Amino acid sequence: MFADVPLFPEQASTIAPRVDAVFFYVLGVTIFFTTLIAFLVLYFAVKYRRRSEEEFPVPNVGSMKLEFVWLIVPFVLAAIMFVWGASIYIAMARPPDDALEVYVVGRQWMWKLQHPGGQREINELHIPVGQPVKLLMTSEDVIHDFYVPAFRTKADVLPGRYTHTWFEATKPGRYHLFCAEYCGTEHSRMGGWVHVLSQDDYRRWLEENADRSMALLGRNLFSKLQCVTCHSGNAEARAPVLEGLHGRTVPLRDGKSVFADDNYIRESILKPDAKVVAGYEPIMPPFVLKRSADDTEGNLTEEELMQVIAYIKSLRPGETPPRVEESIPPEKKK
Amino acid sequence: MTTAIAEPRPSPPHHRPDDRVPDYINVSYGVKSWLLTTDHKRIALLYLISITLMFFIGGAFAVVIRLELATPKGDLVSADTYNKLFTMHGIVMLFFFLIPSIPAVLGNFLVPLMVGAKDLAFPRLNLASWYVYMTGALFTLWAMLAGGVDTGWTFYTPLSTSPTTHTHVIPTAVGILILGFSSILTGLNFVVTIHRMRAPGLTWMRLPLFIWSIYGTSLIMLLGTPVITITLVLVAVERLWGIGFFDPRVGGDPVLFQHLFWFYSHPAVYIMILPAMGVVSELVTTFARKTIFGYKFVAYSSMAIAVFGFLVWGHHMFVADESAYAALVFSALSFLVAIPSAIKVFNWTATLYKGSIVFHTPMLYAFGFVGLFTIGGLTGLMLATLAIDVHVTDTYFVVAHFHYIMVGGAIMGYLGGLHFWWPKMTGRMYPEFWAKIAAAIIFFGFNLTFFPQFLLGYLGMNRRYWEYAEEYQVLNVMSSAGATILGVGYLIPFVYLTWSLWRAKEAGPNPWGATGLEWLTPSPPPQDNFPETPVVTMPPYVYSRKEAEVVG
Amino acid sequence: MSARPGALAHHFDSLEQQHEAATLGMWVFLASEILFFGGVLTAYAVYRSLHGDAFAAGSKELFTTVGAINTAVLLSSSLTMALAVYFAHTGRRDWLTLCVGLTMLFGVAFLAVKGTEYYREYRESLIPRYAFDLDKWKDEGAAFGHRVEMFFLFYFVLTGLHAVHMFVGMGLLTYLFVRSRRGDFLPEYYTPVEVIGLYWHFVDIVWIFLFPLLYLIRH
Repeated sequence: MFADVPLFPEQASTIAPRVDAVFFYVLGVTIFFTTLIAFLVLYFAVKYRRRSEEEFPVPNVGSMKLEFVWLIVPFVLAAIMFVWGASIYIAMARPPDDALEVYVVGRQWMWKLQHPGGQREINELHIPVGQPVKLLMTSEDVIHDFYVPAFRTKADVLPGRYTHTWFEATKPGRYHLFCAEYCGTEHSRMGGWVHVLSQDDYRRWLEENADRSMALLGRNLFSKLQCVTCHSGNAEARAPVLEGLHGRTVPLRDGKSVFADDNYIRESILKPDAKVVAGYEPIMPPFVLKRSADDTEGNLTEEELMQVIAYIKSLRPGETPPRVEESIPPEKKK
Repeated sequence: MTTAIAEPRPSPPHHRPDDRVPDYINVSYGVKSWLLTTDHKRIALLYLISITLMFFIGGAFAVVIRLELATPKGDLVSADTYNKLFTMHGIVMLFFFLIPSIPAVLGNFLVPLMVGAKDLAFPRLNLASWYVYMTGALFTLWAMLAGGVDTGWTFYTPLSTSPTTHTHVIPTAVGILILGFSSILTGLNFVVTIHRMRAPGLTWMRLPLFIWSIYGTSLIMLLGTPVITITLVLVAVERLWGIGFFDPRVGGDPVLFQHLFWFYSHPAVYIMILPAMGVVSELVTTFARKTIFGYKFVAYSSMAIAVFGFLVWGHHMFVADESAYAALVFSALSFLVAIPSAIKVFNWTATLYKGSIVFHTPMLYAFGFVGLFTIGGLTGLMLATLAIDVHVTDTYFVVAHFHYIMVGGAIMGYLGGLHFWWPKMTGRMYPEFWAKIAAAIIFFGFNLTFFPQFLLGYLGMNRRYWEYAEEYQVLNVMSSAGATILGVGYLIPFVYLTWSLWRAKEAGPNPWGATGLEWLTPSPPPQDNFPETPVVTMPPYVYSRKEAEVVG
Repeated sequence: MSARPGALAHHFDSLEQQHEAATLGMWVFLASEILFFGGVLTAYAVYRSLHGDAFAAGSKELFTTVGAINTAVLLSSSLTMALAVYFAHTGRRDWLTLCVGLTMLFGVAFLAVKGTEYYREYRESLIPRYAFDLDKWKDEGAAFGHRVEMFFLFYFVLTGLHAVHMFVGMGLLTYLFVRSRRGDFLPEYYTPVEVIGLYWHFVDIVWIFLFPLLYLIRH
């Protein structure tokens, strides 16, 4: 029975051995000092035990030298911990440019995941080995947290904004996926598996599960929501061209500029007046998120918003669909 | 009267001559004389009874939690019940036991005695704060009986404000909010007493280290508590009004709640541990019969911990979309707290060197504190290390870490202090044999309960999990077994301390041969503490003429 | 020092020590109060920077003149309170009673004006969620209206908390009024007047911050 008891988690991502290395350093410091203190306390306690009631020890009010030793030694050891831990943290915060993007929506109590090719999964994630994967995440209700212990990866999933994390798996296999932020009744069941596949298996899996791609779904919405009426891809149109927008720096009306990332695009859809592009009027109506699938007041769900964003990100020059003439552009309500 | 420097030693127990001033316990009788008392010593006993009750309620929740976790499937209680159990365990233990434990019981009893005053500066306010505590506690207990609350003691929004959370969030929040006022008033009373009511000759550098730590604690209570009060008001407003400041749908930010919450709740950890550190300083010097090594460093490190404690709240949000720059700053500041903590541990160890050490029960608790706090503190460094924190935050690693601090540290300190000052509070000794047995059982049970949780956490088992993956079972069973032992360990002192009130031998004014003004007065002390205001001529912890020459 | 018997509590050595303790106690309490308001003002600052335009739009809906009148009323009450402490110190009992009475009067006036202001805001449909006219801001979109709503939530929570402090202050002033009429305060002993005065000035200062933050900053 005890032979099966794991005492240390598997290392299955590029970051895992690095996290473990700094962990072992701090663990070493911990064991050293705990042993040292425990030994000294017990040794002194026995050696200097009171042998007679008349015994009064020689007083010692302290030593500046010693105080500075145990002020500086912990400081140096802690400084190493800080720098080492921080350098790995910074690497964790920066996904590589060639990362595969997977979209994650958390809700009580399930994970909904979608691949760029449109493959959808629930509580399961299939990814290739040796390929950085970036997760773009949001929540439909409360705060959740995407946690894969074998990858040493964890990030909160918040309502109302996107967070991201990334990892690169190094070993094919099946790994636990947990929700790490308490989210209500079935928090402990909000989990599943991450399947790391070889490159070939992954390709096969993608084909078997090929659905409509996320960007394609987004393209349909782009027409359905009349976005195309103004964002027509024509430089003379009443709204900016969106082709190649993602990853560019955009000059704004107020003289500032903004880097066009997912959160900027999200904001521009939900709160268009916040950052108006230079040379355009603030005429776009804000789009409202649906509180639920049958909410009639809203325009689109979180998932649909992700699809629209995926589509906008996929737009290359000349790819904007033709404008459908008979459609009426959405008006700002008066 | 001056402080005795002539070789203080255990005074023989003696029968009270009839012409003596009555002590604070038998100066008057009847329920009314207790419920309307303004004597800090009686109020301390009122607190002692109240928090002991809360401790066993919180402990009962913990027992059910550990029983449930003995198996990977959720088979003992339902998910909702389990969630309520860990929420209420946290709320009761933190707000209603640990935060008032040492300050409200030992602090209330000892601060006036140690500074040579007749009472705290505002005795009626002191009584009021006990009533406020009881009101908050009854409110919260009522909310628990009425169905409980399941948001976790952290009340994270939007879970706590979500209309789908049907539990009693508002009554619980109101209970904690009321309790906060008790904390503020207690802290206020201590600060003013320490500033304005010290006996002649008792300069700051002659204060016992317990007073320094209580002073630091009071500052945190005064400056931190109002922030959690207002934060809970905002949560209650959001729930009642149905619209609020942390709701993303009206442009609110749920993470802002976490900032406000931890601005209090991180320093609150130091409300629990600082007084325990103060107790340990008293115990180590008394039972090694030696002045503290590096008095100023130990005293100032309490203040450093209180101040740094306010600068590190952001380390609870390293994975909550905090900007990388903020994370770097909060990580670096968190390491700073380690330094004053390390200074204390090293100075206690150095005090033992060439001391004259006896192993009475309070000293055993002090040894336990030093060891367990060292582990708790150093694992805290792991959590301050950004890369490690990403992996282990919100897992059992964190649970183990803070139990090493709060149970291994704060409760060990509390029990050590309670045994140490028990003779002063009651006039009776506790039974040494049983006390040693209990201390050993508690130490063993504690480690068996919480050490496996470090392993579980690093493996990836999350906190607040009702069900867990099967490979984690063996370690969980060990932890549950330890919890049972720990539970038994805590019952033993409860039994023998109660017994000692009637049966144990009388203590006399100074059974330990300790220094400090509180040992100059009879046990139990008379109502006004000292027959005459004491005059202090010496620094604390002077055990012999030899020391008086060196220190004085 | 001589004072009425009973002025010195048994656990203090001297009236001076008692006075210093009481004053320090109030200062410490007020430090705590600053953190209390500080928590919600921090939240206000964060959202003001996030939704500055909506908060400015909300601010324009407030009745600035009424707020200004109230500011004047409260400042006057601070003056009479300060005079009360002065008269207590110089032992002019009738003047002390008068000034405490005037301070109470100003306090009542402030609360009455605040009450009518709330009522007018109710009539104008500015009560978040229960009576809030989102349509006023429909041009800017639904989300904008909700952010204005959040401004009003801050307005009611902040001024409400301030009003609660005013009510507590009124209770304390009533106590002072009764005691000063009875002639409890002498130049040697007037600690309650001074301590309650400190509290009253603090409540004033909170308003001095709230008035510009809510009514005046519109950009």
